[in-house]
Amino acid sequence: MTERTIKVEVKRQSGPDAKAFTETFEIPYRPNMNITSLLGEIALNPRAINGAESTPITYDSNCLEEICGSCAMLINGKAMMACSALVDKLLGAVEHGQKPDLSKTITLAPLSKFPVVRDLAVDRSVLFENLKAVKAWVPIDGTYDLGAAPRQHPQIQEERYPLSNCISCTICMEVCPQFNDVTGFVGAATIAQTKLFNMDPAGSVLKEERLRALAGDGGIQECGFAQNCVQACPKQLPLTEAISDIGRDVFIQQVKDFFTH
Amino acid sequence: MAAAPRIIVIGGGLAGLSAVIKIAEAGGTVDLFSIVPVKRSHSVCAQGGINAAKDLKGEGDTVLKHFDDTVYGGDFLANQTPVKNMTAQGPAIIDLLDRMGVPFNRTPEGLLDFRRFGGTLYQRTAFAGATTGQQLLYALDEQVRRFESEGKVKKYEGWEFLSAVLDNNGVCRGICAMDLRSMETRTFAADAIIVCTGGNGAIFGKSTNSVVCTGSAQSALYQQGAFYANGEFIQVHPTAIPGEDKLRLMSESARGEGGRVWVPRDKNDKRAAQSIPEPDRWYFLEERYPKYGNLVPRDIATREIFKVVYEDGMGIDGQPMVYLDVSHLAPEKQHKLEGILEIYEKFVGDDPRKVPMKIFPGVHYTMGGLWVDFNQQTNIPGVFAAGEADYSIHGANRLGANSLLSCIYGGFVAGPQAMAYTKNLPAQVGDGGHAAELKRQNEKNSALLNNKGTENPFKIWRELGENMTKHATIVRYNAGLDEADAKIVELLDRYKNVNLSDKSQWANTSFAFTRQLYNMLELARVIVKGARLRDESRGAHYKPEFAERNDERFLKTTKAAFVDGAPSISYEEVDTQYITPRPRVYTSS
Ligand SMILES: Cc1cc2nc3c(=O)[nH]c(=O)nc-3n(C[C@H](O)[C@H](O)[C@H](O)COP(=O)(O)OP(=O)(O)OC[C@H]3O[C@@H](n4cnc5c(N)ncnc54)[C@H](O)[C@@H]3O)c2cc1C
Ligand code: SF4
Ligand code: FES
Repeated sequence: MTERTIKVEVKRQSGPDAKAFTETFEIPYRPNMNITSLLGEIALNPRAINGAESTPITYDSNCLEEICGSCAMLINGKAMMACSALVDKLLGAVEHGQKPDLSKTITLAPLSKFPVVRDLAVDRSVLFENLKAVKAWVPIDGTYDLGAAPRQHPQIQEERYPLSNCISCTICMEVCPQFNDVTGFVGAATIAQTKLFNMDPAGSVLKEERLRALAGDGGIQECGFAQNCVQACPKQLPLTEAISDIGRDVFIQQVKDFFTH
Repeated sequence: MAAAPRIIVIGGGLAGLSAVIKIAEAGGTVDLFSIVPVKRSHSVCAQGGINAAKDLKGEGDTVLKHFDDTVYGGDFLANQTPVKNMTAQGPAIIDLLDRMGVPFNRTPEGLLDFRRFGGTLYQRTAFAGATTGQQLLYALDEQVRRFESEGKVKKYEGWEFLSAVLDNNGVCRGICAMDLRSMETRTFAADAIIVCTGGNGAIFGKSTNSVVCTGSAQSALYQQGAFYANGEFIQVHPTAIPGEDKLRLMSESARGEGGRVWVPRDKNDKRAAQSIPEPDRWYFLEERYPKYGNLVPRDIATREIFKVVYEDGMGIDGQPMVYLDVSHLAPEKQHKLEGILEIYEKFVGDDPRKVPMKIFPGVHYTMGGLWVDFNQQTNIPGVFAAGEADYSIHGANRLGANSLLSCIYGGFVAGPQAMAYTKNLPAQVGDGGHAAELKRQNEKNSALLNNKGTENPFKIWRELGENMTKHATIVRYNAGLDEADAKIVELLDRYKNVNLSDKSQWANTSFAFTRQLYNMLELARVIVKGARLRDESRGAHYKPEFAERNDERFLKTTKAAFVDGAPSISYEEVDTQYITPRPRVYTSS
C-alpha cells in the first residue's frame, strides 16, 4: 500500500538578512492534522521532497490551542494561526467528515509586515511597545489588601470581556493596508486595548493620556476603514466598533485640549 | 548587602509575574527571563477559574473549609502551613485581581460570580468566561509592563535559563542563560533567583500543557543539587480532547456548570449520541458518587473513566472515549463556557452545544516540583521557586482552580522572601563561580553541535512520551515502572548519539529543544523512581498491587537528590499539625 502524503511548500530564510527561498516537503497524511503537527512531522524527518537533507523549520508556538497568540503565519497566503488551521479543511474538506483533496499543496510563509527572525518566526515586539505607549493597564495603588473592587454591572463585563480576549497575534496589523512604515499606524489591537482600559472604572483615570497618545501621526486617524482586521481576527474582537468609539473619543479630547490651551 | 538587591525571576507565567510585581513594588529591580514573551506563557491556557472562599452565594463557605477541601483533596500529602496561608489569602487575591481590571463574570448586583469546581460542595471558583487564566495573566502582564516602562523591570524574553551559577559554598550568585536568537550563552549576576518555570507535561509527549512546559529548568537545578519533591504525583485530567499533537483540555467548568459524563448502557449501541434516550445512558459518576456526582476530584474521575473504558470495555464505539455532555444546558450556561466550547468546535468540528463531546483523560499537571521551604526557598541558598514548578500546596492531587491561586500566592511569598534573603547575603568571593559555569555550559553546547551520531532528538522524545504515558500515568505497576526506567536509561544512552540536522547558530530551535530533552530524560527518572518506591495508592498515584493508602509508611514527602548520575530518594515528614489525616472517601451521600 502506498502511503498517502501531502505536499507543503515552506518559505524559508536562515536569518534576518539572508535571502528567502522555498522548500517543498512531502509528509505522511493523517486525518485531523493541524499546521503545527505538520511542522512537527518535518522536524521528525527533515528531508525535502527531492530527498535532500534539510533542517527543522523555525516557527513560534506554545499553547497549540489558539490562546497564546504565538503561531500567526501566512497559510495559503492568508494570515492565520497555525495551531488552529486544520489540514483537512485547507485541503478542501469544508464539512466535517468530507474527504480532503491530497493533490493540493499547502503553502506556508512568515507574516509579511514584521521583520523575519528565521523561517516562519517574525519579530512582533512592536505591538508590546504600542501597548506601553497607550498605558494599557489599570494603575492600581498597590497589591496590598485594599478590600473589594467597586461593583460592576454584568453589562460592562459583557462589553469588556470580548476586548480582553485579544491574544496579541498581530494578524489585524498584518492584514491592514494602513499598517506600514509610512503611516506608522499603531493598528487595531492597540486601539481595542485602549477601549478596554478606558472602560474599566479604575483604568479610566488614564483615559485622557491614552486618547492623546492615539491622536496625531500613527494614531487613530491613519485608519482607512478597510475593515480587514475585523474579518481576519481569530478571536472575533469587535474591532471596527472599538475603532469608531475611540475615534470619537480622540476627536472630543482634541477639541477639549484645543480650548483649554 | 548595601546596594539594591539584584533579583532574577525566571518564567513569566502567573507565578513569575506575581513575584516580579511584589519586588518592583517594594522598590527592588528585577531581570525577568522567559523563553516565550511572557504574555504567551502557558498560564493563558487555564480556563475554568480561581478558587477563593469569598462566600458570596450564602452557602456559609469559609477559608477553613477551603483549607480542609485542599488538604483532603490532596490526600493529606501537602504540608498544611502553606495551604492554610494560601487559602486565607485567597479572598484578598481575588479582590486584587478584580482591582487590576480582570473581567470576572458578575452577578446582576454587580458582585463577583462564582461557580462550583471539583472536590468541593461550595461555589468557590471565580471566573472570566472560560478563559480565566488568559485574563489573569494579562492583568499581571499589564502591571509588569507598567513597571517595565518605569525602568524597574528588565525583560529578557526569548532567553532560556540553563543553570544556576553557584559559588564555592554552593550559594547562588546568578544564572547562565542562552539567547534563543543569537544562541549566545552568558551568565548574569544576581543575589537571589526565583524559578517559576511551570509544569513538565512534555515529558509525557502529549499532554494538555504548552510546548515549553518541559520541566527542563527544574531538572537542571535538580542536577545541580536541588531536591525535587513528590515527582511521582502527576495529575491526569479526566476530560481532554484526544488530538494529533496535543490533548486539548475540556475544563472542569463544563461539569461545574452542569455537564454530565456518560456512556451508552449497551456497548453495542450504534445510535448517534443525541438520539440515545435517558434510560439508555449510563451516568457512571453520578451513580457511583451521589454526593459529588460529576464533580468528584480529578484523580477519581480519571480512574473511573479509565475503568469504564479498559475494564468494562464500555468506551464509545469500543474506542478510549466517553461522552462529556453540555448539550442539555440552558443557553446562558453554555454562554459562560463559550471559550472552551469554541475550542471543541474548532478542533473537532462538532458543535458541543448540540452534540455530546468525546473525551478521554490526559496528562495535565505536576503536583511535584522543586522542594521549597515555607518561604519558597529551595535547599540551594538564594534559589527560590514558585508556581507549578514547586511542589508545595497540592499534595497528592490538585483540586481544580487551586493552581492559579497557588501560583499567585507562591509568587507573592517568593518575591519578598527573596528580597529579605539578600539583606544578609555575604559578599561574593572572586567571580562567584560565573566563569566556571559558563565554561561548563559552553562545553555542553559544543559537544552537542559536534556530535556525529545518528539519533533524531524528536524521535527520542516521542519514545520517552509513549513510555511515560504507558507506565507512569493513571495505573502503575512495579514491573511496568521498572521497564519504564530501563527504557529511559536506554534513551539516555542513545542521547549520546544524538545528531542535530541543524547546526547553525541562529534561532536554532531544535538545538534548544535537544538540550531540554536531556533534562526531560533525567527528570523522567525521578518521576518513575518515586512511583516505583511508593508502594501505596494516594491521590493521583494509583497502584492496584497496593490499592490502599499507607500513612504509616508513606505519609511522607518524597525527596529526590541527584547522586552519582541517578535519583536517590529519601522521605520527609509532612506537616499535619492542623488537620488530622482521615480516610478520603467521596462515595457516601
Ligand atoms: C489547559 C489547562 C487549563 C488549566 N486550567 C486551570 C484552571 O482553570 N484553574 C487553575 O487553577 N489551574 C488551571 N490549570 C493549571 C495552571 O494553568 C498552571 O498550573 C499554571 O498556569 C502554571 O503557571 P506558572 O506561573 O507556574 O507557569 P507557566 O504559566 O507555565 O509559565 C512558565 C514560564 O516559564 C518560562 N520558562 C519555562 N522554562 C524556562 C527556561 N528554561 N528559561 C526561561 N524561561 C522558562 C516560560 O516561558 C513561561 O513564561 C490549567 C492548566 C492547563 C494545561
Ligand atoms: S485584535 Fe484580533 S487580530 Fe488583532 S492582535 Fe488581537 S486577537 Fe490578533
Ligand atoms: S500556538 Fe498558541 S496560538 Fe497557536
